[in-house]
Amino acid sequence: MSFAANFPLFCIVFCLICSVVSSLLNGKVARIITLLLSIVVMIMSIFVMLMVHLNGEPITYIMGHFPHPWGNEIRMGLLEPFFASIFSLILFLSLLGGERHLSSDLDVKKSQFYYVMTDLILSSFLVLLYTNDIFTGYVFIEICTLTSCGLLMIRQVGRTTLASIRYMIFSLIGSGLFLMGVIVLYGITGHLLFPNLHEAIAKLNVSGEYKIPLLTSISLITVGLSIKSGLFPFHFWMPDTYGYATPSSSGILSGLVSKVYILYLLKIIFNVFGTNVFYNSGIQHILFWFGVCAMIIGSIDALKENNINRMLANSSAAQIGYIYMSIGISPTLGVVAAIYHIVTHAFTKPLLFITSSRLCDAANGSKIFHDLQGKARKYPLTGALFTIGAFSMIGIPLTMGFISKYIIATSAINTEGMIVIPLIALALSTILNTIYFGRTLIRIYTPSDSETCMIKPKVSYLVSTIVLALINILTGIFSTPLISIIQQRLEFFGKVG
Amino acid sequence: MLQSLWNNRVMVVAVILFAVGFTTLLLHRNLIKKIIGLNIMDTAAYLLLTSIGYIDKNKAPIIVDGVTDPSVYVNPLPAGLVLTGIVVSVSVTAVLLALTIRLYQRYHTLDLDEIYMIARNETEKKEDKK
Amino acid sequence: MKTNKIRNWLKTWDEGEFEFAINEDVVQPTTTDNAQSQDLEHPWKTRHVDKIEQKEINIFKKLYPFISTFLCLVIVGFLILTVIDLPTFGSANAPAHNEVMDRYIESGMDETGAVNVVAGVILDYRAFDTLGESHVLFTASIAVFILLLSIIDENEPSLEKEITQKDSLLRSTAFIVVPLVLIYGIYVVLGGHIGPGGGFAGGAVIGGGLILYALSYGFDTLDRIFNLKNYRIIITTALCFYSIAKCYSFFCGANHLETIFTTGTPGMIFSAGLILPLNIAVGVVVALTMYGFYSIFQRGRIG
Repeated sequence: MSFAANFPLFCIVFCLICSVVSSLLNGKVARIITLLLSIVVMIMSIFVMLMVHLNGEPITYIMGHFPHPWGNEIRMGLLEPFFASIFSLILFLSLLGGERHLSSDLDVKKSQFYYVMTDLILSSFLVLLYTNDIFTGYVFIEICTLTSCGLLMIRQVGRTTLASIRYMIFSLIGSGLFLMGVIVLYGITGHLLFPNLHEAIAKLNVSGEYKIPLLTSISLITVGLSIKSGLFPFHFWMPDTYGYATPSSSGILSGLVSKVYILYLLKIIFNVFGTNVFYNSGIQHILFWFGVCAMIIGSIDALKENNINRMLANSSAAQIGYIYMSIGISPTLGVVAAIYHIVTHAFTKPLLFITSSRLCDAANGSKIFHDLQGKARKYPLTGALFTIGAFSMIGIPLTMGFISKYIIATSAINTEGMIVIPLIALALSTILNTIYFGRTLIRIYTPSDSETCMIKPKVSYLVSTIVLALINILTGIFSTPLISIIQQRLEFFGKVG
Repeated sequence: MLQSLWNNRVMVVAVILFAVGFTTLLLHRNLIKKIIGLNIMDTAAYLLLTSIGYIDKNKAPIIVDGVTDPSVYVNPLPAGLVLTGIVVSVSVTAVLLALTIRLYQRYHTLDLDEIYMIARNETEKKEDKK
Repeated sequence: MKTNKIRNWLKTWDEGEFEFAINEDVVQPTTTDNAQSQDLEHPWKTRHVDKIEQKEINIFKKLYPFISTFLCLVIVGFLILTVIDLPTFGSANAPAHNEVMDRYIESGMDETGAVNVVAGVILDYRAFDTLGESHVLFTASIAVFILLLSIIDENEPSLEKEITQKDSLLRSTAFIVVPLVLIYGIYVVLGGHIGPGGGFAGGAVIGGGLILYALSYGFDTLDRIFNLKNYRIIITTALCFYSIAKCYSFFCGANHLETIFTTGTPGMIFSAGLILPLNIAVGVVVALTMYGFYSIFQRGRIG
């Protein structure tokens, strides 16, 4: 086992130590520590990815002196460090891009606490991606919940406190259901580590014992995690949460937090239940239908909004619907499409939130469409970047969004019995997306005579948004390497069956 | 079926408490009652977990007189998981209570629906719109 | 004519004046056609769209008992069906009592050195969970700091109310009880690997003792010992020590190296490898966090 196999442990412990130490330092130093930390995590994760690729097989790393089923473990396939590096990169870019708003939204004496929260949320992302144990996942899900509320609460405006308590209540309902599912699963199998759970559940499936508890635990775990990631009908907290937070937080929450729960759910489906048991239980129909409803109803809600950030938040609810619909289609191509869409959305939403915050700056802070008229003409670069993000959400060729819709449609066509409805839902929601994004684009490019505050953009803002947009376009044009990585390395996530 | 209901009566009670706490958390409008409901829900989940670990007529898993025979002691693993869970529950309750205090200072009411209506109707003040 | 109508409709939608548009941030002028008295205390009650919402909320208020009972019964029914099929309560043949439990009890004392098998489980076999859990507590205290900590400048006047009860009954009881509580808490923390207890339970007891002291004698002495700087430094040191010690232990374990911490003789205080120092670190963190929550909720500051 090469030395690089220790890197995930080091990354996790670095994040925890940095977060604890940052609580003592002042805001500027804490910010530098967080930015450095995310770069270090990204580089280490790339090393881990290379090492696993050379090794040819996923590596299991024992946390402690005892192997499974007595001790704790983490597991490195190819997808886990890949997502770890993507998530740390997006965290870095979101923090850079929202710098102006962070310095004005945060109370100077309490700004180091924001960076404590970002370090902890990065550590919870890493653990949820790498872990091989279901109870460790629960503990770090709770850390993720508390820290994402912390990211919201840092901006102490009445509206954000209300949004954070609503978000927290929904999140805790999801955690409670997840915990109940884990407890029932432990009651019927007696194990907590993924490999052992997989064996035990396969045995139970064959022998037919404990049928109802198994079905209950599958549904409780699935429903719990989908509530936390914001699937219809539990997406009510999204407009308030993403709409009023500071732009960095909106980017991190919408781009990363909801995705990490979906990835953990996929890990559980593949490594614990096995795709046979899960796709025979009928739960995937619930995910499919709720995904379809989310796609359409999220888009309709976005149409009704008059505030640009709330519109983007409702659009997020619709995109989560795409992901769940793809998961519900099939365990092979459907899940590949879902994972690709996770990457797309993770890169696009922070770009949209950060550029829209600068457009709102031009309108003197107002977020209403009426006041945003013509602002893209005064800030051409920001307008162009917002346009790239909007095109990616609509699905215009040359962007990542187009490829992800194409893969979803392909997966639907290749699955029997699932051809008509996904295609109709895709078409309908693309039309709706075009309407509300198109209306926004027309609005910000129509010339107007209203006053504009001309504020010079910060270098960090330019760097972050240009990098996000470039990644979007490049991956849209050269998408094959990414798709083949996901497709081939999905086996490392867990065998299909 | 009634026989197994009676045999597993501890688990049935835990499940009823879980449903009570869950419904209170979801549907009640008063914030403090929501927090109480959350606590009931979590406590019921830990009751269920502890009852899974119990073996009849066995002792707590602290080794006395060097006897290390597994048939004498209760399962130690669920007890450890419950310890972890209780700390998580306390942390979450503390954060929710702090949020409630903040909301009360700002809106002078504990009813979540009313707070929502008040918040919708205030313009964002200039200093909020930085 | 029809195109004009459609054009007008699209225009109202675009401008945001469409009736069902969600106008969250714009206060509409209350010059609607109503002769009703404007409800000055609840201005939203006279807005048209909000009147619809108010009606919905009233209906919900009436239906609330029925909806909640129905939902509760559905969940109870669903879960009871599950629980009936679970292994019988107290049976020794349940799947949960498998080789995992056997090894923990048989080899727990030899491999970890702890007589209390549960302490060995949470601080040695499954130590990663406990590492996460102490950071959950830390996260909660930071979140409470963000919300409620008012870092007062020395120049600003203090707006604190007088909260100490100079109650002689409380004080004379606390005079006897508080030292006993603190000593008991320290005993529980230190004896966590020999008997029941451990860092979490002992920390909670010590925190309770500190809160009782603050209630009866006021915060003055405690403010001198635990001012904000000391408080944060102690918690940071304890958590960093925990993370680094556990990182070292995991690194040695995964690479099959020997650690420098030996298990010692079970039953002695200085045994069980890392478990005693970790218990102390966790006890300190929990005690200070409990005290800190009390202090912040009571008066918005620590020290």
